[in-house]
Amino acid sequence: MDFGLSDDQLALIEAVERTCAPFDDEYWSRCEEEHHFPHEFYKAFADGGWIGIAMPEEFGGAGLGITEAALLMLTVSRMGGAMAAASSIHINIFGPHPIVVHGTQEQKQRWLPPIIEGREKTCFGITEPDAGLDTGRIKTKAERTDDGYVINGQKIWTSTAQVADNILILARTTPREECEKSIDGLSLFYTKLDRERIEIRRIEKMGRAAVDSNQIFIDNLHVGRDALIGEEGQGFRALLHGLNPERIINAVESIGIGRDALARATQYAKDRIVFDRPIGQNQSVAHPLARSWVELEAAYLMAMRAATLYDRGESCGLEANAAKLLGSEAGYNAAHQSFLTLGGMGYAKEYQIERLLREVIIARTAPVSTNMVLNFISERALGLPRSY
Amino acid sequence: MLEIVVQSRIVVLVKQVLDANVRPRVRPDGSGVDLAHLKLSMNPFDEIALEAAIRLKEQGAAQEVVALTVGRGKAQDTLRAALAMGADRSILVESEFELEPLAIAKTVRSVLADIEPVLVIAGKQAIDDDCHQTGQMLAALLGWGQALCASRIALSPDQVEVDCEVDNGRETLRLPLPAVVTTDLRLNTPRSISLPNLMKAKSKPLDIVASSTLGIDVRPRLKIVEVREPPVRSAGVRVHSAAEIAQVLKDLEAA
Repeated sequence: MDFGLSDDQLALIEAVERTCAPFDDEYWSRCEEEHHFPHEFYKAFADGGWIGIAMPEEFGGAGLGITEAALLMLTVSRMGGAMAAASSIHINIFGPHPIVVHGTQEQKQRWLPPIIEGREKTCFGITEPDAGLDTGRIKTKAERTDDGYVINGQKIWTSTAQVADNILILARTTPREECEKSIDGLSLFYTKLDRERIEIRRIEKMGRAAVDSNQIFIDNLHVGRDALIGEEGQGFRALLHGLNPERIINAVESIGIGRDALARATQYAKDRIVFDRPIGQNQSVAHPLARSWVELEAAYLMAMRAATLYDRGESCGLEANAAKLLGSEAGYNAAHQSFLTLGGMGYAKEYQIERLLREVIIARTAPVSTNMVLNFISERALGLPRSY
Repeated sequence: MLEIVVQSRIVVLVKQVLDANVRPRVRPDGSGVDLAHLKLSMNPFDEIALEAAIRLKEQGAAQEVVALTVGRGKAQDTLRAALAMGADRSILVESEFELEPLAIAKTVRSVLADIEPVLVIAGKQAIDDDCHQTGQMLAALLGWGQALCASRIALSPDQVEVDCEVDNGRETLRLPLPAVVTTDLRLNTPRSISLPNLMKAKSKPLDIVASSTLGIDVRPRLKIVEVREPPVRSAGVRVHSAAEIAQVLKDLEAA
């Protein structure tokens, strides 16, 4: 049982830190204020070859595992840019996973290199306003035509659609009534994000204003047969491969933000003198920070365990879900405690903690809530009857 | 078999030092700075030297960049970083103890005999001991020209032109090859390491030579008597006018 990082992994973390270093608090504050997508940051990572970290080498990727990808995303979120930094790149790093697993050689050759080289950005159209986690109820339809499909419907929470060139769309190709299971009859398509046929409306959010989230409306979007990924009707199953890595990445991004907040609060607690002593000398200030450190470490270990299992090809659903729960809560608790540690200054934008707090909260809700994680664990780890 | 002839080779001298962002602490017995379990990195001036060499190679002015260090076994990490930045191969001359600049210069001279570089580039100083000596000593031992504290390096087949930062401005020197150049901060901003280069670095050569096999006298000539933390700065005096400043200075002088 080896809990340490290899020299290669340490070198990777250091290289990521250095790539992040030029993008300081001022940069991220400005991106948020101006709702500016961090193109410069994205470009630095694309130029550095990081987008392809987990993609196959034959298409220009580095072919590394989810463990390395997790270390990348943990470092990215820890270096000040929080969720904005992470989500400006992670959809392009992990989004193409269904293409990697289920795409034909020709599709991979056509779609992967432009993403890896940073020439094209992608986005995800999966979630719908009336379906939520009950994905089998999505209403977006793809109907067959002579040469392909025509897609109609709407999606919500499509991140980065404002800047994306392409979109991955999940749509129903066989009516639900005709399928044995509700998740059958769904298909995945990858196509150009045609703004003539897809209307994109930005959703104003609590945090992460730099990276857009949207509602999108698809109106008679024609796609060719070659836009279909994998078999028709098997689209949801194609997505399942990516769910555990997504949970692991979500966990480490929260942990990264938590570590960033904790480091800032700790420094403040050392520097801030009240009643002739640093406030960090008071146990009521120190202990909650120490507890946050413990929680972050524990969540990190769970996430790394899940990543290790995944990379070994073993089942990791329980661990990935556990990491998601622990990571999102530890990250949030650390940011909240850091906010309290700074007293009034925690509320001032200058100290960045309020931004980190607003950005880390989303990890508790997306991509799946704590309640759904607990449902999964109840059923799969404990064998309790399903409640829904 | 096809033999590739490298006409123009640059050797970069790198040193592993305590990372610039880590606050140094003196060992309790006062024998030196504590390095145990702390982050060690490439000396920032050497990073600039390496960046300069890689750019010269990219411009076609050189064909190969060799990173060379003299230090403990752990200095391999720094050579890996150099390879990931873009050096083609690297050499560690492993020594059990910390060498002084003259010993390092002699060691480097000995290793260079096999490499035959047209140019040696080094940081002007290392941020641990700030000696600012190795480059100069190496040039003297080799009988090569030297240009120190470079802010621009232009390499052509028969000479190198260097802008040097000097106290009263900038001095431009033209040196025949081979030559030694040391780098200052303004020369460039070292690149960040890309993932593909990080992966490639694993398969690039890293040769290790034991210092003891070179037959050079590297025994220390200096003895460190004591290392102390700098005194804690006392609080300043707040003044409100030029006259008040003048008075404070006068009082200080009188004291």
